Amino acid sequence: MTGAVAPAAHAAGPAAHLAGRAMPAIPELEACIHCGLCLNHCPTYRVTHLEAESPRGRIYLVNASAQGRLDLTASVADHLYLCLMCRACETACPSGVQYGRIAEAAREVLGPPGPPVTRTLVRLALRHVMPYPWRLRVVARLMRVFQRSGLAALAARVLPERLRARIALMPQAGARFYTPEAEVLPAIGERRARVAFLSGCAMSMFFADINEATVRVLRRNGCEVVIPRGQACCGALNVHNGEAESARAMARRDIDAFPDDVDTIVTNAAGCGAAMKEYGHLLKDDPAYRQRAEHFAARVRDASEFLKGLGLRTRPQPMSQTVTYQDPCHLAHGQRVRAEPRALLGAVGVRLAEMAGSDRCCGSAGIYNVLQPEMAETLLREKMEAIRATGAATVVAPNPGCMIQLKYGAQRFGVPVRVMHLMDLLDEAGA
Amino acid sequence: MDRAALIRRLQAIVGEPYVLHRPDDLTVYEQDALMVARHKPDLVVLPDTTQQVSDVVKAAREAGLPIVARGAGTGLAGGAIPERGGVVLAMTRMTRLLDLDLASRIAVVEPGMVNAELTAMLAAHGLFYAPDPGSQVASTIGGNVANNSGGPHCLAYGVTGNNVVGLEVVLADGTVTWLGGRAMDAPGYDLTGIMVGSEGTFGIVTKVVVRLLARREAVRTLLAIYDRMDVACEAVSAVIGAGIVPEALEILDGITMRAVNQTLHAGFPEDAEAALLIEVEGLSESVPVLIERIEVICRAQGARRIQTAATAEERLNLWKGRKQAYGALGKLGRRTMMLDVCVPRSRLPEIMRRVLEAGRRWNVGVANFFHAGDGNLHPTPFFDFDDTSPEYARVIGLTEDIMRACVELGGTITGEHGIGLEKREYLGWMFNDADIAAMKQVKQVFDPADALNPDKVFPTGRSVHGAPRGKALAVPRA
Repeated sequence: MTGAVAPAAHAAGPAAHLAGRAMPAIPELEACIHCGLCLNHCPTYRVTHLEAESPRGRIYLVNASAQGRLDLTASVADHLYLCLMCRACETACPSGVQYGRIAEAAREVLGPPGPPVTRTLVRLALRHVMPYPWRLRVVARLMRVFQRSGLAALAARVLPERLRARIALMPQAGARFYTPEAEVLPAIGERRARVAFLSGCAMSMFFADINEATVRVLRRNGCEVVIPRGQACCGALNVHNGEAESARAMARRDIDAFPDDVDTIVTNAAGCGAAMKEYGHLLKDDPAYRQRAEHFAARVRDASEFLKGLGLRTRPQPMSQTVTYQDPCHLAHGQRVRAEPRALLGAVGVRLAEMAGSDRCCGSAGIYNVLQPEMAETLLREKMEAIRATGAATVVAPNPGCMIQLKYGAQRFGVPVRVMHLMDLLDEAGA
Repeated sequence: MDRAALIRRLQAIVGEPYVLHRPDDLTVYEQDALMVARHKPDLVVLPDTTQQVSDVVKAAREAGLPIVARGAGTGLAGGAIPERGGVVLAMTRMTRLLDLDLASRIAVVEPGMVNAELTAMLAAHGLFYAPDPGSQVASTIGGNVANNSGGPHCLAYGVTGNNVVGLEVVLADGTVTWLGGRAMDAPGYDLTGIMVGSEGTFGIVTKVVVRLLARREAVRTLLAIYDRMDVACEAVSAVIGAGIVPEALEILDGITMRAVNQTLHAGFPEDAEAALLIEVEGLSESVPVLIERIEVICRAQGARRIQTAATAEERLNLWKGRKQAYGALGKLGRRTMMLDVCVPRSRLPEIMRRVLEAGRRWNVGVANFFHAGDGNLHPTPFFDFDDTSPEYARVIGLTEDIMRACVELGGTITGEHGIGLEKREYLGWMFNDADIAAMKQVKQVFDPADALNPDKVFPTGRSVHGAPRGKALAVPRA
């Protein structure tokens, strides 16, 4: 593909907040043998063709800083933050380099992304909003008021192009939040498993109906579902944006909130699953929580992974439609879960038309599409054309970030496609 | 011209974002896949057209800076390391397929086109580009041309030089010229042949005319599993001695197979010392006959078990495992260093015995996976110390013993990875002074001022491995 996006126009000078800092010499750095086989699997390298926007280049920057050969500057931070954290490089890497861990450790040193004002706002949101469900709900309410009062329509007319695009990107805040009717919901029919369900922050705010669908599918397939009241956001966004310390606090809180006696902790958000499977690593230096974190992480399963393993007990209605499947990065690359969602699609009898590059990032990447709109839009355009080429009426993408981005993309690029979560489709089929 | 003025001039040529000059942007270009050397360039420029390449070459020359062309930086001999600084010309933005002539079965591509992407684009037409180096998912056609890259299937289809018929080149003074053309066997000197494998020391390739081949009707892949490496090596000669030239004939040793199995479930045996990976292509009628003959020979030569790829997926997995072998060895030690040496095929059993002996003598682990059909070996030492440690001398001792053994057996010190800066001090092991002087005369013709990728290929007296090494063994070419 052509270089549609020029290399980031980054600040040239040193950044005050980085003065005197250096990257940590973590053991994960040693695994990279610099072979370069990751390059062409990296979405940002494919667009820019720059070594510093490749996984190998970014690891090299971290290493050079850790070895004292390179000063940290705003430019270094920009290279590390143009990364989507999609971890496609981990799938490509023959040496098993854990790029995600390297990039997270690097971002912990750099702090949140962007110029000073953005950085402060991001930090504020990550530290003081994300950990508190009620504050998130206030934000979602305000969004809804904005969207329904005509203010959003007004803004769409008068604001400059760049800001308008960001408003268009804003997901429609739902009329209600996900509120389970009880903390423990019994299995329908004979009980086959007892699971805990992460209701999630974005999923609760924007996709309450999908959470309800997920719980229905679990219960119909013989699961008693525990939805712990004290749970909060898993902290994935915090880890990815240089706020590991607050992420650790959030992880501890969820570890405390979830019962120790459930076999499985189910999530329908790929990003949350990938982050929670890393809790053992996140809290490795916390003697009080390390073991509990490992025990927690070992029980986390994506809903598709869990249901495929359990086996559908229901006999879903065969659905005669063509769907295409977008592999969420943190499911395919982060958790190596690819076959299970496809098997479940097969079980409900839909025809799967694979798109080209189904495991390439759509550009959503958490808050990336807001912070890096140009790169995100370039990747989204390519993604929507790949979806269009399949002719499918539905695209299934089991992760909230991907769904928001693809819905925006369908509208932005005029692709007549319905965006669905896998659990929604299963529920519709009666699974 | 001062640095700022040069930067402005280059920005006017390629556009501001494509002249890299900040320390972090330059640092990432100080190394390729050879991990034991590095040097930061003064500037990195990413051109988009032939004209830009020509203008950049002129500007760099006027500023007195050397020019090092670079593709994806997957080279294992340090060919893209700008040892004297200067301008690195990164060709990665020039990725276009300019022409696809199905009737003539050629394609014209820009040098930054990734090898595997070219073959992917051709799949719909039933065609492919044959050279398939292990790095093909990342390496560029331009880089393949510079190093005359091979790959498992070059046993049947030849190396890059056999699959390139013409080149557009920017010469050292910025002149743009064509070598060869769109047809095989262009009249006059075979200058295309001289340019291929010249490691960026003669000119900068800006367009490549490649030959395309048609996919065969049928393909079969088998794995013959052995308990001893030397027995597996003897089987290679037996297969080819029986008049069968498979499309690919590779050997993987037990260390490599187990490492690959760890990263991907390629389906290699866990308990064998060696396996032959053999692929045959052809007509639907002939392939099963051929594969059966090979099976019979392998069994007669002591194969413990034969495993055939039953599905296309199994076949792809075996090849993926083979291509990722080097990367997978990264798990075995903090450092690995893949060697690239050749012997006549008949000497494979002997060289492998000597490789394993050398590993024991220097007490360094060595993994082996190689193009057995071509006699092209890749012994890969793996170790846990840095190249700055005194222990690193053991690795050098080991690699020199292996190269010396290859030369003694009538082979060479480099196969498909090029000389770069890794092997340059050993050129004298292969060639006498008169040979090297003749090669230098060719370099003089193309690049009299030594501006293009200087200090590569020819001995400089400075080893990449610390202290310079003398002519340990001067063997005149037979």
